[in-house]
Amino acid sequence: MALNSNGKAAKTPVKTLKRLLAYTFSRYKTATLFVVIFVMLASAANVVASSRLAVIIQELIVSPEHPTINMSVVWMNILFMGCIYIAGVLSSFAYNRIMMYIAQGTLKKLRDEMFAKMQYLPLKYFDSHTHGDLMSMYTNDVDTMRQLLSQTIPQIISSILTLIFVFAFMVFYSFTLTLLIFAVLAVMILVIKKVGVKSAKNFLKQQRAMGALNGYVEEMTEGQKVIKVFCHEKEAKEGFKSYNEELYKTGYFANCNAFLLGPLNNNLGYLQYVLVAVVGFILMVSGAEIGLLSGYTALNGGGIACCAGMLVSFLSYSRQFNMPVQQVSQQFNAIVMALAGAERIFDMVDTQAEDKGGETTLTYGEYEEGEWAWKKPNSDGTFEYVPLKGDIRFNNVVFGYTDEKVILKNISLYAKPGQKIAFVGSTGAGKTTITNLINRFYDIQSGEITYDGLDIKSIKKDDLRRSLGVVLQDTHLFTGTVMDNIRYGRLSATDEECVKAAKLANAHSFIKHLPEGYNTVITGDGANLSQGQRQLLAISRAMVSECPVLILDEATSSIDTRTEKLIEQGMDKLMEGRTVFVIAHRLSTVKNSKAIMVLEHGEIIERGDHEQLIEQRGKYYQLYTGVFELE
Amino acid sequence: MVKTLLKSVREYKKSSILCPLFMIGEAAMEILIPWLTTFIIKELKFLAEDGTYQVNTRIIIVCSVSMVVCALFALLCGILGARYAAKASCGFAKNLREDMYNNLQSFSFANIDKYSTASIITRITTDVTNVQNAYQMCIRMLVRAPVMFIAAVIMTCVIEPVLAGIFIGASVILGLVVFICMFKVTPHFRTMFKKYDKLNSVVQENLTAVRVVKSYVREDKEIEKMHNATADVYKYSIKAEKILTFLMPCVNFIMFATIIIILTVGSNMVVGNIFGAVQPEDLQALIFYAMQILNGVIMVAMCLNFISLSKGSMDRIGEVLSEKTTLSEPLSPVFEVKDGSIEFENVDFAYSSKADESVLQNINLKISSGETVGIIGATGSGKTSLVSLIPRLYDTSEGTVRVGGVNVKDYDMDSLRNKVAMVLQKNVLFSGTVAENLRWGDKDATDEELRFAARQACAEEFIDALPNGYGYDLGQGGVNVSGGQKQRLCIARAMLKKPKIIIFDDSTSAVDTKTDASIREALKKYAPDTTKIIIAQRVASVQDADRIVVLDDGKISAVGTHEELFKTNDIYREVYESQLKGGEE
Repeated sequence: MALNSNGKAAKTPVKTLKRLLAYTFSRYKTATLFVVIFVMLASAANVVASSRLAVIIQELIVSPEHPTINMSVVWMNILFMGCIYIAGVLSSFAYNRIMMYIAQGTLKKLRDEMFAKMQYLPLKYFDSHTHGDLMSMYTNDVDTMRQLLSQTIPQIISSILTLIFVFAFMVFYSFTLTLLIFAVLAVMILVIKKVGVKSAKNFLKQQRAMGALNGYVEEMTEGQKVIKVFCHEKEAKEGFKSYNEELYKTGYFANCNAFLLGPLNNNLGYLQYVLVAVVGFILMVSGAEIGLLSGYTALNGGGIACCAGMLVSFLSYSRQFNMPVQQVSQQFNAIVMALAGAERIFDMVDTQAEDKGGETTLTYGEYEEGEWAWKKPNSDGTFEYVPLKGDIRFNNVVFGYTDEKVILKNISLYAKPGQKIAFVGSTGAGKTTITNLINRFYDIQSGEITYDGLDIKSIKKDDLRRSLGVVLQDTHLFTGTVMDNIRYGRLSATDEECVKAAKLANAHSFIKHLPEGYNTVITGDGANLSQGQRQLLAISRAMVSECPVLILDEATSSIDTRTEKLIEQGMDKLMEGRTVFVIAHRLSTVKNSKAIMVLEHGEIIERGDHEQLIEQRGKYYQLYTGVFELE
Repeated sequence: MVKTLLKSVREYKKSSILCPLFMIGEAAMEILIPWLTTFIIKELKFLAEDGTYQVNTRIIIVCSVSMVVCALFALLCGILGARYAAKASCGFAKNLREDMYNNLQSFSFANIDKYSTASIITRITTDVTNVQNAYQMCIRMLVRAPVMFIAAVIMTCVIEPVLAGIFIGASVILGLVVFICMFKVTPHFRTMFKKYDKLNSVVQENLTAVRVVKSYVREDKEIEKMHNATADVYKYSIKAEKILTFLMPCVNFIMFATIIIILTVGSNMVVGNIFGAVQPEDLQALIFYAMQILNGVIMVAMCLNFISLSKGSMDRIGEVLSEKTTLSEPLSPVFEVKDGSIEFENVDFAYSSKADESVLQNINLKISSGETVGIIGATGSGKTSLVSLIPRLYDTSEGTVRVGGVNVKDYDMDSLRNKVAMVLQKNVLFSGTVAENLRWGDKDATDEELRFAARQACAEEFIDALPNGYGYDLGQGGVNVSGGQKQRLCIARAMLKKPKIIIFDDSTSAVDTKTDASIREALKKYAPDTTKIIIAQRVASVQDADRIVVLDDGKISAVGTHEELFKTNDIYREVYESQLKGGEE
């Protein structure tokens, strides 16, 4: 589940990087400034300290021009080095600490914002993205970002700074040889880039392979019992093997190339060292000016001795020059992955949020004591109150989830306050779709839906939904106690009210038998409860909500007929005085409705109450007598 | 636990051994090359000290050439090491996944019930990846680093043993510091991972229950929940990382302190204040060795930390690997199922031995071959449990179940299950075509046989109407067909086995009564000798069975025909009447 990111590289890496950096550092401007300063200090300390080392060694060597060792110079330099080191350590501690707060703070903000954004995305978005993909944004993608922020970015800054410092020292010693190093560096970068790109490509491939394997395991494990019953274990294993083999192959190439970067860098560095030494030596012996344009020769005068001293120092710097290159190259994969992740996250954050709906709001007790009413603002600033009754009408509604495919063709219907309206029809006929339109999960293409005479588009979405109690086809519970889950319907409900609702829904008897009764913690979407029990909880939740309009979408489908009869009383009580929309597979559930609509292919083909429809001897009659199949 | 996992290395043992060997080769070169450079430097130094010094060109040439050779050799070792490291770690991961999955296939229903799909997936993906990374670190670093350490110590000893003593002292201190930090940080990491799990579960719940959240306008409440979860993650990440950000400067400090000490002691040795054999030009090499030694310590510490962090993953993988099926294979199995007779004798059954209440109690029931038996009862009355015992999906707690006169425990499992077909309540189709799915029942079935099975399940008509007929792709989990069609395909799939016993566990719930009846008729006509057991919610589905068993709370309440039960059994009558009102006039 976690590894479902689709393994694509970022489409606009530069833009994404810029945005990510702006996102991260714009909130921490001062802190960022300090990070840069401290990184600079730390890198400088490293380079400067090594330059002292050369001085110390030189001082310790006795030569005709330098017959006595001046220990105070040595001491001074050691002391200086020590101080620089301490300064370096403190700076690196400081920037790591600051960066930690920046990175973790950014991640927290990012997670919060992603989630807050996700909560307000329209359902269409969830239809077009798998849970696995969305989930992996919070796990994998954010995680790669953590690595990028807390490790890669400081490392790159420090590497670049070190490069600059070392470069300065090298130029000071010899311009010619620096050019040579750059030539070698160009070759190195070419090689590393090739290997790095290959590695990154395969890492992305590996992610895809992991996703495929994941999908296979998910599907097969869901059906594991079927596999057992059909003795299909061997085939299942074979299928797994091919996915596993593919994952192995891509993983092998990805890792092989990634592991290669270290030795490649290191040893190319040694070859460069030899090259510089030999070229320097040849130039020196042939008497050419190798310290061209450099400060060192200017200070120490020309001559072969000066050249030799210069070469020694130069060589030690050339080793230092390779380190940052290596460090940056090893961050290559991290950058590619992080940018791909960042792009996915930004894509989500950029998605247009669900609109808030209209201006009309729901009020309680404002219009009349203890009554709900719609508060409709007029253009002149005054308000108009419309009592909430639960009158819902569809006028020539046309709807399709996509523009190409129309699901509902010109539907007109009405539900008067307190009426129970039922929808019957096969899967895909559009029953659930109708209820999805009332609470504006989706918006209609043409036509009009009115609620107490108001166009539902003029009502604030939150208030519209607050007025509708819904029991959905798939019951979902949240981690928390049973009580919390019932209270989800109305946060202000007291414990007594929750228990009362549970009793009405006939859920009380099984809740009592749970280890800790109403305080039993439900985890994993209620995995330890049966489907029927979960539906009973969902019904309790709707009962608590006390909404004037109810939508029951196959609310009792998993409850056996005997239990359904037991809760019938409760259901009747729940529906009393409310406008109710019922979708049910079982005709016994809908029989006593005021009006029954038979839907087929997005059209209402029959309507009327039970007796009328039986009399019509149409589709409903056929369904009722079992001549036709309900699917 | 580590041992259980390491068994999966198998064919990658060679790579797992070669990798560290090449890493050692590379490490050796890394020690050798700096040593070679000292000669070049020395020559240049002499020249720098005295402009008239005659450089020994041979030394320079020999050293340069050997350095090139060494570097090339190191590169070769590096390439091979990388290759074998990748091969060994990825191969090990591959084997782990495969072993887990293969063992999963040997699981009984009781084993399967223990693991959720999500937890299986996490184990096969994330956990294996963690272990793979730890393993990779081990084979690459855990051998290389100590070798590097020892080689560097030896080289230091060659120069001056006293300094080697200083290095070892520094490594001990460094080791201690790293160890203490790791020790302190691990619990924070564990808490942090738990908080991550919580965060993920909030996201997961909101994804699956997005409609509930929106319906009840609880977005803000959920955002609040998420705030708490991210705040927790933040808090514990900071706690853990605080220690880590403290560790790195500590390590650096110890390194730098060592360098300073070497310089101090070394320079005093050079001028003779302290007795020692250090030459000025050795100092650079000494510092290099000091770095190598301390790096070795850090590497080892990091490896150990990696291993300890992946311990949770290892445990979870090991759990699956060492899970033994709860069903034992008989020593001399029976391969032939004689007929479709079934007998339950004093059967008690509970899903776990710890459960104090049995799901089934004292069941005695004889079903003769070819009989049609209906089972009816409320949710939780034990209908599914009862029939699950027939193909030995579970073992009884007490008593015996016999099929064809033989105890089910004495059968070869595949032979029994091939003759006892079961259409599960929660039935699943798989990605692939209709024909592919049907062939689960019999992989060598001819097209004609497929048609015949489809006819028995009343599925022929709608299959023919599908765009590609039997070649129609069903999509993941069979999403491209309706519930009723799915159920009929599942029945056809089971019929292809040509079983002696077929069990329908509420498998026609989404099919209308008419089709339901035709399926039963077709079965009667085409498979008269097959014992048919039908669990149903609808009385109509079992009404015309030879006998009907009424289950209540794990006990058989009554057995008889529809007429008998209607007269004598209250539960049956109640169920019948509750449906009569809605279902029939």
